[in-house]
Amino acid sequence: MRAFTYERAASVEAAAGAAASNPEAKFIAGGTNLLDLMKLEIETPSHLIDVNGLGLDRIEATPEGGLRIGALVRNTDLAAHETIRRDYGVLSRALVAGASGQLRNKATTAGNLMQRTRCPYFYDTNQPCNKRRPGSGCSALGGISRQLGVVGVSDACIATHPSDMAVAMRALDAAVETVKPDGTRRSIGMADFHRLPGDTPHIETELKSGEFITAVVLPPPIGGRHIYRKVRDRASYAFALVSIGAVIQPDGTGRISVGGVAHKPWRLDAADAELPKGAKAASAALLADARTTEQNKFKVDLVERTLGAVILEARG
Amino acid sequence: MKFETPAKTNPIDNLKVVGQPIHRIDGELKTTGRAMYAYEWHDPNMRYAYGYPLGSAIAKGRIKSMDVAAVQKSPGVLSVVTTLSVGDLGKGKLNTAKLFGGDKIEHYHQAIAVVVAETFEQARAAASLIQVDYQEESAAFDLAAAKGSAVKPKDAGGAPPDSAVGDFDGAFKSAAVSFDGTYTTPDQSHAMMEPHASIAAWDDDELTVWTSSQMIDWWRSDLAATLGMEKEKIHLMSPFIGGGFGGKLFLRSDAVLAALAAKAAGRPVKVALPRPFIANNTTHRPATIQRIRIGAQRDGKITAIGHESWSGDLPGGGLETAAMQTRLLYAGENRMTAMRLAELNLPEGNAMRAPGEAPGLMALEIAIDEMAEKLGIDPIEFRIVNDTQVDPENPERPFSHRNLIGCLKLGAERFGWSERKQPGLRREGNWLVGLGVAAGFRNNLVMPSGARVRLAGDGVVTVETDMTDIGTGSYTIIAQTAAEMMGVTVEKVGVHLGDSRFPVSAGSGGQFGANSATSGVYAACIKLREAVAKKLGFNSNDVVFENGQVRSGNRSVALAEAAGSDGLVGEDTMEWGDLTDTHQQSTFSGHFVEVGVDAATGETRIRRMLAVCAAGRIINPITARSQVIGAMTMGAGLALSEELAVDTRHGFFVNHDLAGYEVPVHADIPHQDVIFMDETDPMSSPMKAKGIGELGLCGVSAAIANAIYNATGVRVRHYPITLDKVIGGLPEVA
Repeated sequence: MRAFTYERAASVEAAAGAAASNPEAKFIAGGTNLLDLMKLEIETPSHLIDVNGLGLDRIEATPEGGLRIGALVRNTDLAAHETIRRDYGVLSRALVAGASGQLRNKATTAGNLMQRTRCPYFYDTNQPCNKRRPGSGCSALGGISRQLGVVGVSDACIATHPSDMAVAMRALDAAVETVKPDGTRRSIGMADFHRLPGDTPHIETELKSGEFITAVVLPPPIGGRHIYRKVRDRASYAFALVSIGAVIQPDGTGRISVGGVAHKPWRLDAADAELPKGAKAASAALLADARTTEQNKFKVDLVERTLGAVILEARG
Repeated sequence: MKFETPAKTNPIDNLKVVGQPIHRIDGELKTTGRAMYAYEWHDPNMRYAYGYPLGSAIAKGRIKSMDVAAVQKSPGVLSVVTTLSVGDLGKGKLNTAKLFGGDKIEHYHQAIAVVVAETFEQARAAASLIQVDYQEESAAFDLAAAKGSAVKPKDAGGAPPDSAVGDFDGAFKSAAVSFDGTYTTPDQSHAMMEPHASIAAWDDDELTVWTSSQMIDWWRSDLAATLGMEKEKIHLMSPFIGGGFGGKLFLRSDAVLAALAAKAAGRPVKVALPRPFIANNTTHRPATIQRIRIGAQRDGKITAIGHESWSGDLPGGGLETAAMQTRLLYAGENRMTAMRLAELNLPEGNAMRAPGEAPGLMALEIAIDEMAEKLGIDPIEFRIVNDTQVDPENPERPFSHRNLIGCLKLGAERFGWSERKQPGLRREGNWLVGLGVAAGFRNNLVMPSGARVRLAGDGVVTVETDMTDIGTGSYTIIAQTAAEMMGVTVEKVGVHLGDSRFPVSAGSGGQFGANSATSGVYAACIKLREAVAKKLGFNSNDVVFENGQVRSGNRSVALAEAAGSDGLVGEDTMEWGDLTDTHQQSTFSGHFVEVGVDAATGETRIRRMLAVCAAGRIINPITARSQVIGAMTMGAGLALSEELAVDTRHGFFVNHDLAGYEVPVHADIPHQDVIFMDETDPMSSPMKAKGIGELGLCGVSAAIANAIYNATGVRVRHYPITLDKVIGGLPEVA
């Protein structure tokens, strides 16, 4: 961990401004991922902007009938919120499937979206990694890749996004609200928020320099059965090999978002459209462009089988 | 004292304290945070500095140069010690690769520098600024690829690497039923909770090291050899250890780096190995490839049994002795074992809990299950049919005591084994449910062990020995032994461990600690009893120590009074005759497991576990049970998730943290039961006890593998049994 300076932001605009004026600055909220990465010299910010005091810790109803989740709402509080549990069950279930109780108590909504990959090569500073050192190469290609991505991957990176929460938010068509350093605000749909790796895997989101997440907005509830199925070697405290966040209606239509397979929560309209035909068809659409390694090709089968189980559960 | 003839009735047999379920006497210290672990020692009069290590970024080659200029200018830095600046250092007798010193790189994350600073954070930040120029050399990292070049080593942990009885090839070929299977076990990490850590402080030419060591005297000797100093000038302290599992048997780099850093900084220095170092800087259990062949008559009697194993290690390293138990576990007139060693440039392979037997039984006990199925015989019955009461390679040599059959029968009854169905036939909702069994086997080793026992004027008995407690319960069972011998309660006994100023003990390893160390305390107590009797003018033959009194005939004196104001001391070392040669001393168990396998995803979740153990007298059923359930948990990890993933291009274990190397969490471990057979083994020691800490692991993983087969009909021969290896054989998701 490098020595760093530290400030408490006084307002969201000030936070964004401070970040824009120092390209080596990072926002810190729960710190559950950033501090670990700083200890390992993977993140080396020279300045930390503490945003914990900005009052963004409320969950409020929107005029449209949805919910606005403050960026600093802790994962534990979000998962336990009555409306979330009643109307957005997939999100509550995804949250409690992630990390541990202690981590969820600290981790925030925006921080969860911003967490970095768990690719083991990203975590070893001796190894080339295009995310950590752009242009140095990808060690995971041809290396240990069992945990890594099978779709939307590139020659530069096959990392996955590790969040469970984001998978559910993608299924719910959530939108990320931000403020830019110039004070303008915008909303980025979850479909666009995380990027595919392409040639620039170190650029992971659509956020611009200094842009600060203030909230995540959920559209009005859509009913249906809300299921989050996380598949992992260990029963708890493990990242997903594959996870499926699904909202399935009584007529068999619905939405499926998949974790553990790509650089972002993986959801395709074409796959949603195939859902009434069953797991095989929907999975084929989801993974039509899959590019697997010897070690992770099982995920193709696993997605289909897990989706099959999810559909069965939805029929209940 | 030398233990040369089977134990007769002795004061331990009173079982007033020994054998009783006494809670750990150090438990309160641990639960209240007052037990000082290596890194936590804090003397307000000492100005500690902090050392942070740097590991090699390559697996094999040499360092051409190191640039530390930026480090020296970094805030708070006191000194930088590099592997080049210290030059050639010695190497401990028990280390394969050098821990530090010189330009040669033998494995990834081998220590190449330590930076000392005023704070831990300053040292860590500065260490990352070191620039290293390497000359990389080609090397071998893939056991499967190197298997063909493996050679027969000189020995297999003190035994010959090969054994042969009768005509294995002929008998196997002509057997009515035969089985030939190949299994693999991966490299595995001890992954103990407390990483290796040391504080070193110099006083002139004398060195004190607070560390985390299972074997005080081995560490002291090898630290002296590494630093080129006299052993007598080193004082080592390791009273509390946060887990070892074999990873702290041998001197590691933290102690060497702390000593050199403290010398350079002129201050006491703390060094803890960062978590990623545990996989690649320290030792691990080497991967194995094992071939097992069994031939039998139709009635299940084994006529031929062969076990070959291949493992790899650094040049000068040793075997993972995975075929050893097959020399002893089952009968059969024609037999062979062979173990071969390949040269690999991965980090050093070495002992991890139940070395040899743990991976050996992971393979053998699946093979037994497969053979039983081929024969159409229940796997428990198959094991019973092939039980032996003598060393099958040397029938003149009986087992001292062997009740494997009893373990299996009792376990079957308690676990409901008769309810087991044919593979793939039991389904409960989304779960395919199966039962599995395996035999557990681990030899009982003994080691010389010394102790000093003091009796003070207040009647308090104090034991001093360099024995260690690695979470096993040594404090408690040593207190129980001294209490029993001196006729007092455990509250009247103080125990001091893990200090090189105390008599050299067995230490903790090879499941020899409990039996050997308590026997050493027994021997010292005999000396103390003699001293008490002599002081009181009693005839030591008929003297009785009980209820805090010493009695002879109709005379009775309080122990405190006998001690007098100067107190009395007894010191001795238990040494061992040839009873382990004339008799095969081993421990046995039956492991029973019920698993559920998710019919869609192939995830295995354990539902129930039972171990029935036959290990001589159980000195304390609470601490012994803790050992066994901990071992069963480790066995669950080895079966289902633990694998050091080898990058065969660059030669290192990639998943070098606890997020990547998945040990079981609470949610993985369901109901666990342990039953101890009520037995004693007078051949083992005056305690009539044997080891338990490793037995608990032996066979567990195979029982899980067999349960997965029973649940799914999918036989997996390559550990860990992750869902990707099962999923292809599961039924369609309807």
